[in-house]
Amino acid sequence: MNIVIAGAAETDELGKLPHMSTAQLHLQAARNALADAGMTKDDIDGVATVGVPGPIQIAHALGVTPAWLDGTGVGGSSFLFHVRHAAAAIRAGLCTTVLVTHGESGRSRVGAPRPALGPDSLIGQFELPYGVLGPPTMFTLTALRYMKETGLTHEQLAEVAVAQRRWAHLNPRAMFQDLITVEDVLASRMVAYPFHLLECCLVTDGGGALIVTTEERARRSPVHLLGSGESAESPIISQMEDFTTSAAFRRSGEAAFAEAGISHDDVDHLMIYDAFAHVPVYGLEDLGFVKRGEAGPFIAEGHTSPGGRLPLNTNGGGLSYTHTGMYGMFAIQESVRQLRGEAAAQVPGAEISVVLGNGGMFASAATLVLSNHRP
Amino acid sequence: MTASHKPVPKPTPETQPFWDGTAEGRLRIQRCRACARHYFYPRPACPHCGSDDVVWVTASGRATLYSYVISHRPAPGFEDDGPYAIAVVELEEGVRMMTNIVGVEITPQNLPLDMALRVVFERRGDVHVPLFEPAGGPVR
Repeated sequence: MNIVIAGAAETDELGKLPHMSTAQLHLQAARNALADAGMTKDDIDGVATVGVPGPIQIAHALGVTPAWLDGTGVGGSSFLFHVRHAAAAIRAGLCTTVLVTHGESGRSRVGAPRPALGPDSLIGQFELPYGVLGPPTMFTLTALRYMKETGLTHEQLAEVAVAQRRWAHLNPRAMFQDLITVEDVLASRMVAYPFHLLECCLVTDGGGALIVTTEERARRSPVHLLGSGESAESPIISQMEDFTTSAAFRRSGEAAFAEAGISHDDVDHLMIYDAFAHVPVYGLEDLGFVKRGEAGPFIAEGHTSPGGRLPLNTNGGGLSYTHTGMYGMFAIQESVRQLRGEAAAQVPGAEISVVLGNGGMFASAATLVLSNHRP
Repeated sequence: MTASHKPVPKPTPETQPFWDGTAEGRLRIQRCRACARHYFYPRPACPHCGSDDVVWVTASGRATLYSYVISHRPAPGFEDDGPYAIAVVELEEGVRMMTNIVGVEITPQNLPLDMALRVVFERRGDVHVPLFEPAGGPVR
């Protein structure tokens, strides 16, 4: 049974949307994805989403009585997990057509209660007492270790932001589009040494949705799911086993490549969740595209930039396109656009795209291998 | 040392021995008697081999600097600290924990990775949190 993404769309706008609640963002994205798929809510019998509002509220608001629900909440990679779980559920006969939605008022915080991390939680006891202030001071903690062990330089770290801005420059929907230099990055405000502002992701409002179903049920432009993988490592960054590599990235990537039966040379286009500039560096190495310590020079030499041999984060990524807080949905959306030939910065002839999602601070990961050809 | 406005951890049954230790000026971690490895954070069974034959031991308090960031945007309670180091240190016993580096002016030059550190304790409310300073003692 060939599983496909039969519809994919984002909210009408991304960025600063104080006039829209979290639920509205979900529902606008859902309606857009249904329209994109040429379907109605009556075609949907499965709903997957993360956080509040969850799959029950989304299904109810749409007028769907689902046969299958998934509320897997593993941070920004949740939507990649949902696609994988939906594929398994459809193959198992539990449902036929799944709506995966994301909406997040990450910037405006409208209808978005922030979950409180109690002082008796794991993070409350062993990380919050040290003055961490969310991802900018936590996700970033691994980088100096990586730099010492591999020789990655501050300039090479800055090159990640520069490379992705080259793609954003070609994308009218990207929040930041002006070209930048390494000097600009290194001169931007220090957030948490060694990370400058331009090496940290945006904080935006927005949403996106996908329709996952069988090839037979798809009505237009199906994008095939060739393989997928998922994994998790430590719930708190300080207990990640090795600060220079993500076990969850490695394991999810190996599973997805094995199921798809592809090699790295087959990959035309790549999306790697980029909450901060070092994450694509880890992703390139942990997925096996380059050897350990080679990702920084690889990006700095332009191989992931427009015209390069491995186009990476072609929407501009979380650093320049959008980042609601759970960016994985937007990484999938860009892969779908590239495979349909509809991307703003289109990679000519892209046939196989790989998406690596991250959740939390290197906590969870999932990988999807997508193609515009049948497996 | 006191720092009354900084976040105060709230012990749970499985972590209480750790916090009882810090209140006595001891850094206690768990060791598995089946595989002889130490582990942290506190859990009822060994994450390496799964055995629940585990005991609390007092660590030496000696550590090295594994990685860190220097936060330039203070969290609540840290407003008076200036840029401060959020660090992960590796204890002599092989486990790692998050902490702050104290007793030294916080600059990248002063904080080379793998530098030798030793534990000190800071009282916050009813709890003492472990912090680390250069093993040579405070440099001010």
